[in-house]
Amino acid sequence: MTHEPVAAEAATPLLSRRDALLAGGATITLATAPAAALGQPMPAPTGADAQAAAAPVLMEVSMEVNGTARHLRLDTRTTLLDALREHLQLTGSKKGCDHGQCGACTVIADGHRINSCLSLALMHEGSRITTIEGLGTPDRLHPMQAAFIRHDGYQCGYCTPGQICSAVAVLDEIRAGVPSHVSADLEAAPAPTNMEMRERMSGNICRCGAYSNIAEAMAELAEHGA
Amino acid sequence: MKPFTYERADSPAAAAAAVARTPGAKFIAGGTNILDLMKLQIETPTHLVDVNRLALDRIEDIPGGGVRIGALVRNTALAADRRIRKHYGVLSRAIVAGASGQLRNKATTAGNLLQRTRCPYFYDTAQPCNKRAPGSGCAAIGGISRQLAVIGASDHCIATYPGDMAVAMRVLDATVETVSPDGGTRAIPIADFHLLPGDTPQKENALRPGELITAVTLPAPLGGRHFYQKVRDRASYAFALVSVAAVIHPDGSGRVALGGVAPKPWRVDAADAAMKHGSRAVAEPLLAGARPAGDNAFKLPLAERTLALVMSEAKAA
Amino acid sequence: MKFDAPAGANPIDKLRVVGRPTDRIDGPRKTTGTAPYAYERHDVVPNQAYGYVVGAGIAKGRLTRLDVSAAKSAPGVLAVVSTLDMDRLPLSKMNTASLFGGAEIQHYHQAIALVVAETFEQARGAAFLLHPEYQATPGRFDLQAHEDAPLVGGSSGEGSGGPKLDRVGDFDMAFAQASVKLDQRYTTPDESHAMMEPHATIAAWDGDRLTIWTSNQMIAWNKRDLAKTLGMSPDKLRVDSPFIGGGFGGKLFVRADSVLAALGARAAGRPVKVALTRPLIFNNTTHRPATMQRIRLGAGRDGRLVAIAHESLSGDLPDGKPETAVAQTKLLYAGANRLISMRLATLDLPEGNAMRAPGEAPGLMALEMAMDEMAEALDMDPVRFRILNDTQTDPEKPGRPFSQRQLVECLRTGAARFGWDRRKPRPGTVRDGRWLVGMGVSAGFRNNLLQPSGARVRLDKRGTVTVETDMTDIGTGSYTIIAQTAAEMMGVELDQVVVRLGDSDFPASAGSGGQWGANNSTSGVYAACVKLRDAVARAGGLDPDRAEFSGGRVAAGGRSIRLADAALHGDLVGDDRIEYGSLAKQYQQSTFAAHFVEAAVDGFTGEVRLRRMLAVCAAGRILNPKTARSQVIGAMTMGAGGALMEELAVDKRRGFFVNHDLAGYEVPVHADIPHQDVVFLPEADPVSSPMKAKGVGELGLCGVAAAIANAVYNATGVRVRDYPVTLDKHLQRLPELA
Repeated sequence: MTHEPVAAEAATPLLSRRDALLAGGATITLATAPAAALGQPMPAPTGADAQAAAAPVLMEVSMEVNGTARHLRLDTRTTLLDALREHLQLTGSKKGCDHGQCGACTVIADGHRINSCLSLALMHEGSRITTIEGLGTPDRLHPMQAAFIRHDGYQCGYCTPGQICSAVAVLDEIRAGVPSHVSADLEAAPAPTNMEMRERMSGNICRCGAYSNIAEAMAELAEHGA
Repeated sequence: MKPFTYERADSPAAAAAAVARTPGAKFIAGGTNILDLMKLQIETPTHLVDVNRLALDRIEDIPGGGVRIGALVRNTALAADRRIRKHYGVLSRAIVAGASGQLRNKATTAGNLLQRTRCPYFYDTAQPCNKRAPGSGCAAIGGISRQLAVIGASDHCIATYPGDMAVAMRVLDATVETVSPDGGTRAIPIADFHLLPGDTPQKENALRPGELITAVTLPAPLGGRHFYQKVRDRASYAFALVSVAAVIHPDGSGRVALGGVAPKPWRVDAADAAMKHGSRAVAEPLLAGARPAGDNAFKLPLAERTLALVMSEAKAA
Repeated sequence: MKFDAPAGANPIDKLRVVGRPTDRIDGPRKTTGTAPYAYERHDVVPNQAYGYVVGAGIAKGRLTRLDVSAAKSAPGVLAVVSTLDMDRLPLSKMNTASLFGGAEIQHYHQAIALVVAETFEQARGAAFLLHPEYQATPGRFDLQAHEDAPLVGGSSGEGSGGPKLDRVGDFDMAFAQASVKLDQRYTTPDESHAMMEPHATIAAWDGDRLTIWTSNQMIAWNKRDLAKTLGMSPDKLRVDSPFIGGGFGGKLFVRADSVLAALGARAAGRPVKVALTRPLIFNNTTHRPATMQRIRLGAGRDGRLVAIAHESLSGDLPDGKPETAVAQTKLLYAGANRLISMRLATLDLPEGNAMRAPGEAPGLMALEMAMDEMAEALDMDPVRFRILNDTQTDPEKPGRPFSQRQLVECLRTGAARFGWDRRKPRPGTVRDGRWLVGMGVSAGFRNNLLQPSGARVRLDKRGTVTVETDMTDIGTGSYTIIAQTAAEMMGVELDQVVVRLGDSDFPASAGSGGQWGANNSTSGVYAACVKLRDAVARAGGLDPDRAEFSGGRVAAGGRSIRLADAALHGDLVGDDRIEYGSLAKQYQQSTFAAHFVEAAVDGFTGEVRLRRMLAVCAAGRILNPKTARSQVIGAMTMGAGGALMEELAVDKRRGFFVNHDLAGYEVPVHADIPHQDVVFLPEADPVSSPMKAKGVGELGLCGVAAAIANAVYNATGVRVRDYPVTLDKHLQRLPELA
C-alpha cells in the first residue's frame, strides 16, 4: 500500500492561510469538530492495531509564533514542539527527552514558560508563542542571550535555548511574586537570590554543567534589569 | 501514539458527554502526564476532549469558609494564590515542591490528582505490569523498587502515587467535585478518591466512565503551622522518596499525611491522634502493616525522621 | 609537523589572543537557537522522511518473529527495516555490541527495527505494530556474582597498559609489615552519559555515495567505522557534524542512529532522519561500567606509603573491555611496592565503554576515598598526607620524570583559598542548625594523551583566515580556541578568522575524546599555520624565517605587506598535521588537580546538599581560561552527580537498566550546584606540544566525587563506600541531633 497524499501533506507546513489572516485582519474561526467532519475516517473504536494502523487525523490550528500568525494543518498527534521544529522549521527549541524531563523544549506560551513537548499543537489555538528565535537574533541579542555569552552559561548549546527562555520567564515569575520551594516566607515577595533562581531553573537540565555560570548571568540581569 | 480525533469542549457537561459517547475517549487538560504516556503507547485514547477552554480556572471563596478550586486552575496559579498561601500553606508548599516551573505552569488541579505512577516497570511496555496490562504480572516485585510503595500495596502492584499536591489536599480534607455524562454531580472526599491496588491496580480512582472533575474544595482554614517536607536525592525536579504534609497547632496537635510511600496519599486517623506524642508515636500507627521490599525499607525510618524534622520545626516556630 | 623535541619559543608565546578569556565565537548562534544540530538540518537535503527505532524487549536470546506487514501498510509508512532482513552487520573495532542485523539479541533495547514514514507521528505509531516475539535465554547480569572473573591486565590505550598482575617491588611483604594499613572495598555503579542531545542522524544516498549529518565526537573514526559496518568504501561516505549537543564519550563511536538512518534511507529511497528516543538511549547505547574495587594501602607511622594495591573488577559483553579504574594508581603517589590488576566479567548488560575520564573517574572515586581513610588512620591531615606522598617521577620507572607535576601546588593553593584550616578533623562535629557540615578534599589526575591532528588554513584576498578541520566542538570550546590559535599565528584579530569543523571532507583531526581535543587539534592548526605563514611570506617576497605576523600584516627585513594583499592573486593554503615523536615515552605527561568541597547533610533526612566547590588545576597552558573554566565546572557538576545520585539501576533478573529516562536517571539540576570556583595554576608544558597545553575537560571530573564523599563523611562520621552516596546508606547511622 502506498502512502496517502494527506500524509505527505502533513509533513509540509501549510502557511497558505497566513496571508488571508493578515489581509482579513480578523481571526479565522477554525473547525474544532472531530476529524470526521474534516472528511477523515474515524479510527476504529475497537481493536488496538486497527486504531494504530488508521489514517492520521488532520486538523487545523492557528497561533502566533514570535509575532507572526501561523496556520497549520496537522496530524492531531503533533506536539507543539514538533510543530515548531518540523513544520515551522523553528529548530531553536530542542527535543532532549520528549517527556518533560529535561526542559530543552521550553517556550513561552501566553506569557508562561512550558515544556512544548508535552503539549499538543492543537491545544494552542490562538496562543502567542515565543521561542528562542523570538527573543533575539545573533545580530540583535536579547539581554539574557548576551548575558549567557558573557558568563559562558552554556557549552554544547543544546539545552541553551530552553535555559534562556526559562531564565527570562523566571525573572518575570519572581517579579510577579510567585513563590518557590525555597521561599522562606510564603507570603512575602520572593527576591532574585541565587538559591531562588537555582530552584526555579531546576526544570532545565544542563548535562555540560553550566549551572554556576547561568546563575551568574541571571544575577546580572536581575540586578541591572533585562 | 495512535491516531485520535480531537475536540474542544465548551461546557463541563458536554465534555463529560463527549467522553461517554466515544469508546476510548479521554479528557486532556494540561496534558503533561497523558501525552507522556501516549508517546509510550501506555495511554491510547481514540478521542481527546480538550477541556482547557472550560471556565473552571477560578479559585472562589465558599460562603461560610473554604475555597473552591476550579479543576483547570494551573498548579502555579494555585500555589501563588494569596488565600492559598495564607490559609493553606501546606498546599502551596506541596505544589512548589513538585515537578518544575514549566510543568506547574501547565499542570492543572484536576490533572494532577490523576497523575499516574512513576513506577519504571509501568513505563516500560516490554515489561509485565498489572496496572498497564492487567493480568500480566508485576515486574517491580522483586525488582528495582527503591521509589515504590512500602504500605498499601498488594501482591499485584507496588506502585506509588507520585504526586505532591494531593498529599496536601489529603491533610486538608479536600473534596473532589465532579460532573457525570448525565449532568449529575458528585462530591468525593479525597480520602476516597484514590484507590488501593488490591487485585485491580488498573483502577486508580473513584471516577466513573466519562466523569469529569470540575473542582476541588477545601474546608475552612485549619489555622496552625503548615509544612510540606519532601525528601529526595536530587535537590529539585525529582519525585519524593518520602514526603510529609502536616498542619500542626501550637499545642502539638494536628494532622499528617505521607507521600511517596503508598499507592495513594497516606493518612491514618490514629496517627493524627498521636501528634502530641512525638514522631515515633505518629509513625507507628501511620506505618503499621508496612511491607517494604529490600531496597525501599529505608523509607520507614526516613518517614519517621522526616516527621521528627517537621515536628521539631513546628516547635521551633 | 613532527613534534619530537620540547617546544622552544614560538609565536603562540605572545599570548595576544591565546590564553585570554574569550567569549565563544559560536555563542551568538547557540544562544539564539540558530546553531544547527543533526536532526534539525532541514536545509541540507530535501524530502527527509522520519525513522523511528524499535529496541528489543529482552536482554538476551533471539528474536523469533517480527511482523512487519501491519506496519508496512500503515498510513504514511515508507519502509520497515527489520534486523531479520539481514545478517549481523560487521562490527568496527570500536564497537562491542552488534548495532543491527540478525536474530541474536545481545542486550536490552538492542535495535531490532526501523520504521520509516512520512511523518514522525506515523513512524512512531507504526513502530508499535511490530509485535516482536522472542526466545529468551538466561543471561549474566550481576557483577557481584563474578568476583573471580579472569584477570585481564591490558591497556586503556592511554599509556597505562600493563601485565595482568602488574607488580613493582614486593607488595605482599611490604603490606604485611606496614605499621598502618587499610584494606577496603569500594563500588561505583553503571552510569550514563545522558547528554542533552539524543544520538541523531540524517542520511541521504546519492547512488552509492552516502552523506550523514550526525552528532559525533570523532569524525574520522565515524567515517571509517560506519563504512565498515555498511560494507562500503569510506571514500564514498561523508560525515558532517558541526554542532554536537554533548557527548561525554557516548558519541565517540558509530551508533544505531547512523546505521539505521543509512539503511532506512536505502530502503525508503529517500533521505531519512533518525533520533534515538530518550528511553531507548540508556540501554541501546553505551554506559560507564560499574566497578568493584579493592584498595590496600600500607604506610609507616610517618605517613609515607610503602605498599599500594589497587584491584578492580568490571563487566562487559563478550569481547568487551575493562573499565580501567586502576590507571591513575600507577602514577599518582609514591610507594616502592605496588600491585595493580583488573578483572573482567562477561555480562549480558548493554555495552560498557568510555564515558568522560574513563578509568580515572571511577578509579579516583575509590582511591581518593581510600586516601582519606588512610589519612584518618594515620591521624594526619588528608592534604598533608597527599603532599607527603607526592612523586615527581613515574613510580614504576623512577628514571622517567613527569613533564610537569604541580599536584602539591594544587593542594596547597586550594587549601589556602578554601579555608581548609577551618575543617574539623573529627567527623560529625560541625553543626549549622539541623545540618551537619563537613569538608573534603581529593587529588585529581588525568593523563595527557597525544594524537595526530590535521588542519587546513586558508587566507583569502579579504584577509580572512579560514580554518578547516574535522575536529568537533562538543561544548568544549573548540571553535574558539582554534580561532584563537589561528589569530595568534597569523597576527590577525579573532573576527578575521572563520572556523569550520566536523566535516569529514576536512583534514582528519584528533577529534574530541580523552581530553585530548584542545591540545592536539590546536597543535594541528599551529602546524598548518606554520605552512601558511611560509606561503604568505614567500608570496610577499619576504624571508619566511624572519617574517613577523601582526596587525593583519606580515613584515620582514624592514618591509611590510597586508596579509590580504599576499592573497590577491589567489587563496593561500597551509595544510599540515601535528605528529608526535617519543617525548611521551621519555616524560610522563599528566594533568593534576585538587578538589575541595563543603557539604551539608540534613541531620534528620540524610539529604546531602553542596555548599562550596573549588578546583585548582595544573594542566599546561590554558588556551581560553573562560571556556576551560566552564569545562571544569561542568565536570565538577558531573562529579556531583556521580557522588550523590547517578546510578543505572540494574534489574538482575531481567537484565536491563530500569531507570531508562531522565526522570529515573537523575543527574544534577541547578538547585544541586552551588557557586563553583576554579583556579588554573600558571603552567606551560613544552614537552606536550607547540601549544604547551594539555587537556582539562576530564581532569575536572577526576576526584571530585571522592572529595564530595569525603566531605559527607567529615560531616556525618559515616563512611559510605558504595557510590552514589544516597541518604539511605547513612540515614540510620547519622549522629543524634542534640
